[in-house]
Amino acid sequence: MLLKEKWQGALYSLVVVLILWQAVAWLLKLPIVPFPWAVCINIAEIFASKMEIHVLYSTGRVLAGIAIAMLLGIPLGFLMGYYEKVDKILSPLVYFTYPVPKLALLPIVMLLFGLGETSKLIMIVIIIIFQIIITARDAVKDIPPEIFRSLKSLGANKLQVFSEIILPASLAEVLTSIRLALGTAVSVLFFTETYGTEYGMGYFIMDAWLRVNYLDMYAGIVVLSFMGFCLFIAIDIAEKYLCSWR
Amino acid sequence: MIAIKDLTVKYQTKNEEILALDRLNINIGKGDIYTFIGPSGCGKSTFLYVLSGILQDYSGSVLIDGQIINPKSQRIGLILQNYGLLPWKTVYQNAMLGVKIKNQPPVEEYSNYIFRKLGIDNLLNRYPKELSGGQQQRVALARAFILKPDLLLMDEPFSALDAISREEMQELFLNIWKENNVTTIFITHSVDEALYLGRKIVVFSPSPGRILKVIDNPCFQLDNLRYRDEYYDMSMKLRKILDKG
Repeated sequence: MLLKEKWQGALYSLVVVLILWQAVAWLLKLPIVPFPWAVCINIAEIFASKMEIHVLYSTGRVLAGIAIAMLLGIPLGFLMGYYEKVDKILSPLVYFTYPVPKLALLPIVMLLFGLGETSKLIMIVIIIIFQIIITARDAVKDIPPEIFRSLKSLGANKLQVFSEIILPASLAEVLTSIRLALGTAVSVLFFTETYGTEYGMGYFIMDAWLRVNYLDMYAGIVVLSFMGFCLFIAIDIAEKYLCSWR
Repeated sequence: MIAIKDLTVKYQTKNEEILALDRLNINIGKGDIYTFIGPSGCGKSTFLYVLSGILQDYSGSVLIDGQIINPKSQRIGLILQNYGLLPWKTVYQNAMLGVKIKNQPPVEEYSNYIFRKLGIDNLLNRYPKELSGGQQQRVALARAFILKPDLLLMDEPFSALDAISREEMQELFLNIWKENNVTTIFITHSVDEALYLGRKIVVFSPSPGRILKVIDNPCFQLDNLRYRDEYYDMSMKLRKILDKG
């Protein structure tokens, strides 16, 4: 899709969501569904004083989680894709643990690593890393053998095969998988921020809810969604820029 | 010179061992061009994989100028039917890949000459997917020649092209080849191509691959070859050998 079309699409979706929201608020006339403009005004009023620190915490956590998952998952996936033996040893483990609902591991992670930042990061990492591993592995496996052949005949060493073929060939797919994993990562982030912290958008939203401050609660939801959207766009732009050959 | 002695290659499949190449013996002089022709599945590509160092599980000996084949120390240009270009690199980057891998300083003057000669000097910033098949094959040729290879291996490089671009590419290739005189092994399944490009023609038997015959090609480098009687005579002769198998 062209950049212009994408922006038009985003704008269109925003307008539709706002119209629906406005319609529901207007129909229900309940405090639990405030009008969009009221929420927007509230964001403008409280962002600098009350929300900024939470946004920073959440963004930091989600970025760190994705970075760790990439640093561990991509090399592992590459090794599995390139070396049949590694794949044979690790694939069954990945397949077996993939369908386990990782969120259910939360109590164990909390017991082992406490309530602090570590357990939050671990939760984000274990939920998105599998997608990254599998995509990286499949991307390497999908590289046609002729491409390796022409480099081998030139006498390329392992490092050159990695930098000239494996990395560029799989980059696009890995970025796509991260973009898709992002939605999950933000959901997990929200969940993990509802305990053991006083910072983060998850905390902010739940706190506003418990204080029956619906305007703040909605403000939190909108800002968290916007944060997810920005990260999504950032990866999309990185993909466009790094994989312009596609 | 390339000296091949008792080259034998066996494949292990699930149930049986398949003999792909059976005791090949041939010497190819420096700067010469040989076309190898044979039916599909006769092991021609296997032969090329041995020579390019991709396939190392063989018996017998293959020596280039007295040394065992090793793509790390020798410069081997390999041109494949599907071009073997890296889709994430531009035409220029693809063409320079050989010298980059070999850590040779790029010779701008020579590479620019090759680009112009191949008519791709105005496509250097494009990606392979933006090129036609013929243009992609020109880039593969550029990559091979810029490397200044000790040995040039071509595996049915023009067979995916339409008839007109194929003849154009054959002519262009021969043109550049003459200026460089690279030892070349050209694999084909086309009688016409074998006659047009080979100083000598090596005929392969059906599987397992053996060398049936090595023919001196009187048609090599004749003008207007395809209109001449020699071309028809040789063509008939070659077809007869191929038919007998």
